[in-house]
Amino acid sequence: MLAFLLKRTANAAFVMLAVALLAFLIFRSFGDPVEMMVNEQATQEDRAELRERLGLNDGFFTQYVRFVTNAVQGDFGISYRNQQDVMVLIAERLPATFELVLVATVISLVVGIPLGVVTAVHRDSRLADALQLTSIVGVSLPSFVVGILLILAFSVTLGWLPAFGRGETVDIGWWSTGLLTPSGRAALVLPAVSLSTFQITLVMRLVRAEMLETLRTDYVKFARARGVPRGRVHWVHALRNCLMPVITLTGMQIGNLIAFALVTETVFQWPGMGLLFIQAVTFVDIPVMAAYLMLVSFIFVVLNTIVDVTYAWVDPRLRDDTAKAGGSNG
Amino acid sequence: MADRTDPTVAPAEPSRLAQLRDSDLWHSFRGHPSAMFAAGLLVLLALTAMTAPWITPQNPYDLAALELWNSEIPPIWEDRGQWPFLLGTDVQGRDIFSAILYGSRISLIIGFASVILALAVGLSLGLIAGYFGGWVDNVIMRVGDVLLSMPFILIAILISAVATAALPPDLKSALAAPILIVAIAVPSWVQYARTVRASAMVERKKEYVQAARLIRVKPWRIMLHHILPNTLTPIMVAATLNFGLAILSEATLSFLGVGMPADQPSLGTLIRIGNQYLFSGLWWIVVFPAIQLCLIVLSVNMIGDWLRDALNPKLN
Repeated sequence: MLAFLLKRTANAAFVMLAVALLAFLIFRSFGDPVEMMVNEQATQEDRAELRERLGLNDGFFTQYVRFVTNAVQGDFGISYRNQQDVMVLIAERLPATFELVLVATVISLVVGIPLGVVTAVHRDSRLADALQLTSIVGVSLPSFVVGILLILAFSVTLGWLPAFGRGETVDIGWWSTGLLTPSGRAALVLPAVSLSTFQITLVMRLVRAEMLETLRTDYVKFARARGVPRGRVHWVHALRNCLMPVITLTGMQIGNLIAFALVTETVFQWPGMGLLFIQAVTFVDIPVMAAYLMLVSFIFVVLNTIVDVTYAWVDPRLRDDTAKAGGSNG
Repeated sequence: MADRTDPTVAPAEPSRLAQLRDSDLWHSFRGHPSAMFAAGLLVLLALTAMTAPWITPQNPYDLAALELWNSEIPPIWEDRGQWPFLLGTDVQGRDIFSAILYGSRISLIIGFASVILALAVGLSLGLIAGYFGGWVDNVIMRVGDVLLSMPFILIAILISAVATAALPPDLKSALAAPILIVAIAVPSWVQYARTVRASAMVERKKEYVQAARLIRVKPWRIMLHHILPNTLTPIMVAATLNFGLAILSEATLSFLGVGMPADQPSLGTLIRIGNQYLFSGLWWIVVFPAIQLCLIVLSVNMIGDWLRDALNPKLN
């Protein structure tokens, strides 16, 4: 087990080094950091001095090592666009993205699990067919289209909910939360719903597939035979056995949701990391792009590694090297 | 069994068409109304998109054809609606219906091309990795691991943004579509490579491959003629579902402003432009391209879903 743990950690570290190399390459090949940082009147000597001070005259490998060392300490340099520390910029935006992803995840579970159970229990009914069709529609709707249609319906036409921004926020330490004010909660509704549409269908389909298998097992048949009420058999006994894969999926999808939040944040002008990233892309603000890329990849890799290690802990067969050749989640 | 007395079929050897009609896949297709509906819809959408220059009332990108007094006309069933602007016009007097068909053409071509590119790269790298093994396998699969450890959409945005920033301004417009095709193909080839590699690793140990090697059949011939056909079923399902995903990704990138430019808009670009008029009551500029995009992706996904079930031996 220890060997597996070490191996998986080494693997994750390798992946992060590769991502860092990618970020570093982008960083190096775009624009001259010196030109981005000095003002118009800077003399040739000023520039040369800054160049030396930033270590831009060192070899490729030295610079890469320095980039990685700084990145590990959370130092991604200064944003070209607004001359602020990149990590400070991202830390300011992190709570907004995190709350959005969290609420979207909760919505996807609260809506997706019951829908999955219903479609599995009444599998040949009209209702189940309709829900199945709705789930294909849910996968096919681009999240920005969902967002735009929600704005059109609930903000433009009905005027019930705000279409952009985060409302009033309350600071708790360095964390700013919108969950404690009425306007903050109102502003969260539409973005969270539009981010969760895709996730709802994923959860629903997974719960349905798992439930269909569980409903065939002997213990469910026995519980029915013993006269346990139907509802209790389905919603307590059977459902409980389906939740493990749902938890895994939810954990692994958080990385994807954070990445996909950038689309939602653009539609709703939600002041999170994703909007920061998209603005950085427009202005070719490389340090912000590099930092966002590495942060999101880091979250992604950590979640995947945790899931892999937990699985190996639960099921010793997966520790075997040959078994994971085809199925590793990278 | 198929009807052998069908007059269009030569009696000696059934034609390709007859073979197709007799296949399990065709029977399954005929038994699934939703799959037939989706296929019909997709054919209709693709045909209207591909023939856009001949069936639209206006060339939406010919600036001379746009008249400002035709701007902001609502769809034809509204009070101020006007022939021939079925779905209304935008603020420059551009016919939305025409713009949608031209945009669908761009969206479909980019989605299709990126799937083909990802297939070509993924299948060749997967075959090479699985057949030769060793360090070649290691390098290819490690690159794949790294790609899979970043979110799909993030890789595509980065490639598109970086490539566009690196290009001289006069080439940006001309190369926008190829860049997008590559940006979407790069994160998607890994899935094909993994599937075909697993199969190549199994097949190369079998006796017929050993025999073929003994009589000095070239490695590429063994890979293409003996190993590749064994994996085509899962690849076909994955490719269909990825076609839908590719169209979605292209639309998302264009919506975010790192995809097709405004002078050759895809559906995503049209939605991005229309989104600016969301609050001025001009809902038709954004809603109709959005509906068209959803219809395309929905029909592709419904076909993919059916194909996955129809080709799954466990369900038959």
